[in-house]
Amino acid sequence: MTKSLSDIQIELLGLFFEESAEGLQQLESGLLALEQSKGGGADTINDVFRAAHSIKGGAGSFGLTEISTLGHAMEGMLEDFRSHRTEPTREMLASLLEGVDWLRNALDARKAGGSLPIAGVRAFCDQLETLRGSVPGTPTAIEKVASAAPAVALRIDFLPAPRILESGNEPVRLLRELSRLGRAKIATDLSRLPGLADIDASLCYLSWHIELEGNDVSAKAVEEIFAWVDTDAVLRIEPVLAKPIGQDVAAAEVAAPALVQAHPVPDAKSQLASTDGRADTAIGSIRVGVDKIDLLMNMVGELVITQSMLGVIDDEGSLDSRRVEQLREGLGLLARNTRSLQESVMRLRSVPISVVFNRFPRLVHDLGQQLGKQVELKVNGQTTEIDKTVVEKLGDPLVHLVRNSLDHGLETPEIRRAAGKSEIGVIEISAYHHGGDVVVEVRDDGRGINRDRVIERARQLGLLGENESPPEDAIRDFIFAPGFSTATAVTDVSGRGVGMDVVRRNIRALGGDVFVETTVGKGTCISMRLPLTLAIIDGQLIRVGNHAYVVPLLSIIESVQVEPKRVSKFQGKRELYRLRDKLIPMIELGQVLGMQSWQRSEESLMMIVEADNAPIGLLVDELLAQQQVVVKSLETNYERVAGLSGATILGDGSVAFILDTTAIGRLVRGTPSGAHAA
Amino acid sequence: MSDLPEIPATGGEPAKPRSAQLLTFFLDNQEYGVDILRVQEIRGWSAPMPIPGAPPYIKGVINIRGDVVPIADLRERLSLPPMEYGATTAVVVLRVRYKNRDRIMGVVVDAMSDVTTVPGEALKAPPTFHDSGESLAKEIATLEDKMITILDVDCVFGDRAA
Repeated sequence: MTKSLSDIQIELLGLFFEESAEGLQQLESGLLALEQSKGGGADTINDVFRAAHSIKGGAGSFGLTEISTLGHAMEGMLEDFRSHRTEPTREMLASLLEGVDWLRNALDARKAGGSLPIAGVRAFCDQLETLRGSVPGTPTAIEKVASAAPAVALRIDFLPAPRILESGNEPVRLLRELSRLGRAKIATDLSRLPGLADIDASLCYLSWHIELEGNDVSAKAVEEIFAWVDTDAVLRIEPVLAKPIGQDVAAAEVAAPALVQAHPVPDAKSQLASTDGRADTAIGSIRVGVDKIDLLMNMVGELVITQSMLGVIDDEGSLDSRRVEQLREGLGLLARNTRSLQESVMRLRSVPISVVFNRFPRLVHDLGQQLGKQVELKVNGQTTEIDKTVVEKLGDPLVHLVRNSLDHGLETPEIRRAAGKSEIGVIEISAYHHGGDVVVEVRDDGRGINRDRVIERARQLGLLGENESPPEDAIRDFIFAPGFSTATAVTDVSGRGVGMDVVRRNIRALGGDVFVETTVGKGTCISMRLPLTLAIIDGQLIRVGNHAYVVPLLSIIESVQVEPKRVSKFQGKRELYRLRDKLIPMIELGQVLGMQSWQRSEESLMMIVEADNAPIGLLVDELLAQQQVVVKSLETNYERVAGLSGATILGDGSVAFILDTTAIGRLVRGTPSGAHAA
Repeated sequence: MSDLPEIPATGGEPAKPRSAQLLTFFLDNQEYGVDILRVQEIRGWSAPMPIPGAPPYIKGVINIRGDVVPIADLRERLSLPPMEYGATTAVVVLRVRYKNRDRIMGVVVDAMSDVTTVPGEALKAPPTFHDSGESLAKEIATLEDKMITILDVDCVFGDRAA
């Protein structure tokens, strides 16, 4: 279909892509569940079937032939499972998973404006068909029977869902269309019709059994007629000649009510689930639960009330003490409204982390097979909500960490057995809130990271001098260094040493950090700490010289009065402050911020902040208020400034910069890459 | 900023017969002009928040209705002698395109002058001098009684190549 698409069609197509992405996810997780025969029940098969079916149906109506062909072939095989004609085999599931990849590629190609060559798709579909046909006793596909008999008669059961009329479809029109194909004997099934008092005029209670005979009759032609309603109805097409009619009718009558009942219920459920917060991964749009919007509406309502309350005070002329009191009350209310409004808007931006986690069952499954390792994947905290921007950028680092765990972390079954562990390795991905952060962890019960080997490798790479004693946090310092890998062999999966440094860079770019915890023989846990949101932070206002700056509250460890006797000079220039058992480099913030005239005063305080997990002390003139600040990017109208993570606007309308303590630490230490400082 | 009209394309030779409407201002007793479609507003001078590590002509950032906007001193940018900011000092807030993004920035000028429509035939390409360095001049408008240097606002930040 090369004709140009109208705006509505383009919009619908976008919707179709979005839904298909969800459908693919459903297909994939369902198939994986079937393979592990964990959720191998009828429900799973039905879910998977429905997902394939909707993709096929949608693609058909947009004329995306290769996608509907794929969908159809997969649906066929799934139909066999559903009707228990065959039990799913490992081989079949593997090719269905392959089909998911085909579908994904085909959809991606369409999204990009191209299309996959149909020949390749057909070849794959034939493969599926062959696999289906190779199982003894399986009835072959409808089309094959249909095309084998020249004059065809089909028995069609058309069981529309009660709400079919809502979508604007008219069953009678479909039946009329059907009778154009050949001689149609249409029998209306009234068995679902309730008593007159119970009839809801907007629902369709009827279903039809049709016998169609004629030269032009083919299952395909019939399906085409019903293409628009196939998600709202159960349609069964069977060649009449294949079976004795009487038996068939009986079977259909028994099956029909059950099918009709089964269909709409899970459908409604899946719709709910999708509005419940399953968000799409594309940059442009976000799906928001209606409850969140309702909440927002309520708050805007309250805000309007507060505003009108304040407006009344304005109308009354001069301010006496009573009105001042009113005003104060109103402003308090306004502050509360603003705060809750802000929180709800933040919540709009947050999406469940399952958006990222969803891809892992498949990844772990495929990779485990490729590496010959048995893996069990545990996923915790799927519903943890996190800022959309963070979610989008979390995917790649997380994939990298999981691959690492599988490749380097987990041992082969033989080694595991020898070490007295279960042959099945466990990888656990979890997300949870911790303070103002979200923590995402990848934990494995593999061999752990060998500190001696890390140090040895660091010496080889020249990160550590021959005679230098390794730092306490050697593992953490070195594995994030660029080009670092302890893997003895470079594999397809990992070991090329590009990675952990990139992971750390990406996470830091999001304002978070990465930590490693490892025990040799027991396993490794890599945790990423991420800010809940990027747009608003809790800040401590400080004064340096004549200006106010903001330090993110999360990075502050403590603030102390400077005691001169604890200060010692280091290499004549740098000053170190002895705080309990630690030596903390002192940084004159005024100098870092380019104030030539800034002088340290007697009252200067030292604020000890986190910078790359090593504390630094910032000398500030005064601590001002703590408040939430809205982060504004300096890049919008200017450019990135070293040492600043952005700017904000204070209550008096002036601009204050937000300090990036990590970057300041690096500026002062002179380690821009964040690599280990010797 | 989505409610603002798109920045009209600059660069390349403008069609000659087209007249230009300019907002003009003074710098060191010379009259300069910018395309009026690029002007968002004109404000009085208010002390900006200095940016660490910024070039000297960038005076800092100010808050313009929630946007953090950098302010450049045009005298310093054009290597003119400095002058104390006074009562007539104004900040012209411009919409510029720099490094492929539309941005807002303010330029400090000595005083505002006028809005002038210059007929196309009065627009001349700026002369080049071996020692003129970066002139920022896009065109020169020669009128009966005066000459106006039209600045390329997209070049106030960084250099011409950017």
